[in-house]
Amino acid sequence: MGRYVVRRLLQMVPVFVGATLLIFLMVNVMGDPIAGLCGERQCDAATAAQLRSEFGLDRPLWQQYATYMGNVFTGDFGTAFNGQPVTELMAAAFPVTIRLTIVAVLFELVVGITLGVLTGLSRGRPIDTGVLLLTLVVISVPTFVTGLVLQLLLGVEWGWIKPSVSPEAPFDELIVPGLVLASVSLAYVTRLTRTSIAENRRSDYVRTAVAKGLPRRRVIVRHLLRTSLIPVVTFIGTDIGALMGGAIVTERIFNIHGVGFQLYQGILRQNTQTVVGFVTVLVLVFLAANLLVDLLYAVLDPRIRYA
Amino acid sequence: MRGITHARWFVGAAAVALAATGCGGGASGAADGGMLTSSWGDPQNPLEPANTNEVQGGKVLDMVFRGLKRYDPRTGEAQNMLARSIETTDSRHYTVKLNDGWSFSNGEKVTARSFTDAWNYGASLKNKQKNAYFFGYIEGYDQVHPEMGSQRATTLSGLEVVDDRTFTVTLNQKFSGFPDTLGYAAFAPLPRAFFTDHAAWLKTPVGNGPYAIESYTKGSQMSLRKWNGYPGADKALNDGVILKVYTDNNTAYTDLMAGNLDLADDIPAAQLKNVRTDLGERYINTPAGIIQTLAFPYYDERWNRPGMEKVRTGLSMAINRDQITKTIFQRTRTPATDWTSPVLGAEGGFKAGLCGRACTYDPAAAKRLVRQGGGIPGGSLRLTYNADTGSHREWIDAVCNSINHALDDDNACVGNPVGTFADFRNQMAQHKMSGPFRAGWQMDYPLIQNFLQPLYFTGASSNDGKWSNSEFDELVDRANAETDPAKAISTFQQAEEVVRDNMAAIPLWYQNGNAGYSQRLTGVQLNPFSVPVYNEIKVS
Repeated sequence: MGRYVVRRLLQMVPVFVGATLLIFLMVNVMGDPIAGLCGERQCDAATAAQLRSEFGLDRPLWQQYATYMGNVFTGDFGTAFNGQPVTELMAAAFPVTIRLTIVAVLFELVVGITLGVLTGLSRGRPIDTGVLLLTLVVISVPTFVTGLVLQLLLGVEWGWIKPSVSPEAPFDELIVPGLVLASVSLAYVTRLTRTSIAENRRSDYVRTAVAKGLPRRRVIVRHLLRTSLIPVVTFIGTDIGALMGGAIVTERIFNIHGVGFQLYQGILRQNTQTVVGFVTVLVLVFLAANLLVDLLYAVLDPRIRYA
Repeated sequence: MRGITHARWFVGAAAVALAATGCGGGASGAADGGMLTSSWGDPQNPLEPANTNEVQGGKVLDMVFRGLKRYDPRTGEAQNMLARSIETTDSRHYTVKLNDGWSFSNGEKVTARSFTDAWNYGASLKNKQKNAYFFGYIEGYDQVHPEMGSQRATTLSGLEVVDDRTFTVTLNQKFSGFPDTLGYAAFAPLPRAFFTDHAAWLKTPVGNGPYAIESYTKGSQMSLRKWNGYPGADKALNDGVILKVYTDNNTAYTDLMAGNLDLADDIPAAQLKNVRTDLGERYINTPAGIIQTLAFPYYDERWNRPGMEKVRTGLSMAINRDQITKTIFQRTRTPATDWTSPVLGAEGGFKAGLCGRACTYDPAAAKRLVRQGGGIPGGSLRLTYNADTGSHREWIDAVCNSINHALDDDNACVGNPVGTFADFRNQMAQHKMSGPFRAGWQMDYPLIQNFLQPLYFTGASSNDGKWSNSEFDELVDRANAETDPAKAISTFQQAEEVVRDNMAAIPLWYQNGNAGYSQRLTGVQLNPFSVPVYNEIKVS
């Protein structure tokens, strides 16, 4: 187990370096970011040169990357164009997006798995067909449509929620945005659970459990659900990273000042420091979530063991 | 047992999530009492007077600072504010006298030094202020801010403090319009705290305007309170303003509809069709000092050869401005007939119809002129624009359609989108434009000089097409040296005629300022810079 974790952690190093380098190159290809800082006019050459040297943009790219990586290991992610340290932006943005992700994942877990178990146990019955149809609709409608429609109905027409989330972004204001963010994944979780449950229902250990005379509830939760959750956990685990990075659309609709907002602005302003910093952290989250998923396998199914 | 704990955890978590819905509230939403909430965008640069060059940061500076002059919110006329008098005999040596009784909101008195220190700071190269060039007229600027190498002086030699309430300014050339430029935010005075504890000042800027910043959470919101000690005549009529950063102006508009926001000063293009039915009288659409044009790459030989002015004029005549402003912009733009803006007024140099037939839609004449001029270089136009903001795609496509239609050629014009504004500026700076490109100009101060010199003078800061014409340059120099304002303006208009005769850039339309507000507000209006006049808004 320990060796496995160490091996996995070591594997993360090249992935991490590769991902940051790629992002660094991609942002850099877009050209000189200083050009956009002076509005509809050219920055005067002397000021532009000063700014370029402040942000290290006057040095060769490999040197910029080396300096950047060196600083990252000391916890310095550079400065955004508005003079704020990127770490400060992160401290403001990540808690908000993490809260949003928690809400989304909770929806996936609670609603998705419940619906999945229900439909998996009653295959072919009206409830199954109904939920399947519903998930199909959710999957085929783009997030921004769901988001805007819910915002208009709940926020403006009926006045149940505020259409935009306040800067503090407490949990209660994030419920609708979280649902919107989760919607597509939620449908997948339902379908995954359903298939998995339906498959495992006929397996030997379930028949044994039933034959032992265990109560139905215990058979389902303890025996059937536990092994059936493996593909679902895999999906949700990889989804955490995707949700955090992919919240751009949802965050824009509901005016949530999280990671998506900062990334969007960073890209618009071609702010290498912001974009690379945030993506770096997202890559780390992604890697950590993947590792966690792999370790959870052993917990869910004792037959899986790591050397 | 494990199964049960799992189930409990699920139920518990769901309960927490649901229970949280019950206790709503928080500090957000429509502001209480005499405060109002207003939409805002995250300023791109640190909030310093000489470092702020976009509307969103300028909005705050306008609330927090008062300079020597202030532009009348209705007429745009530069009026004395802190200045008691600005006198000159030769348009080069100015003596500035300050009014008594002004102070910053931290109690410090505004003296002559508050100005000279601020200006020296703004001009100094090492401070990397993006508006430094505003001080370029003051003597010694080339020492403090050389175009190359390191700076040779720390202060402008043209500034001299006489006493607490008097200082003199010496310019490096005659510039009769200089006093009128002093209402621009870059010329605001700064308190000592700005220099002694810069980081703290940036966290909560302190100024001398009708509002004082109460709190500032970068990237999300700023709360400004009415400053009761404000000595000026334009005191705030409300208790304060909360500026809320919106990632998308559509969300701001939705919030306004839901009663969650009091004032949105940027109505999204998609909503322009509904805005009158949605808001009725509470929708404002007033002229602002903004003009949009199509500029040409004169560094490209093909666009700069003799005879090309015919092609450029032909293209101008191929654009149906009237139809585009009506259908795409819902009349929030006005077809341009000169190269300035109606907010200047006829006295200020705006001359409706100066462009004449060259700006009137005439497909037949357009076709003839383009043919006479030798046709479009390369056979087809590529109109370059940035696709990230401002609904540029829609109107560029419409302009191209209009040109294609007029020239009877489906391939005459095509839009060439660039992903980000920064990249767009970048290609412009590197002279990579292969054809005409989008150019927009928002005035810094309401002077005809500001619409012509920065854009068309040889080597000027926003002359992105590198147009150069000695006749124009001479006229501008002469107009700047002119001490009689009326004569200066008519000379500027002569220079504008040179722009017209060469069709240096195609004027498209004047842009209006747009805003919508809630029923709680009265007295809402936009100034010529399309910024709400916050201090005059009343909250009921």
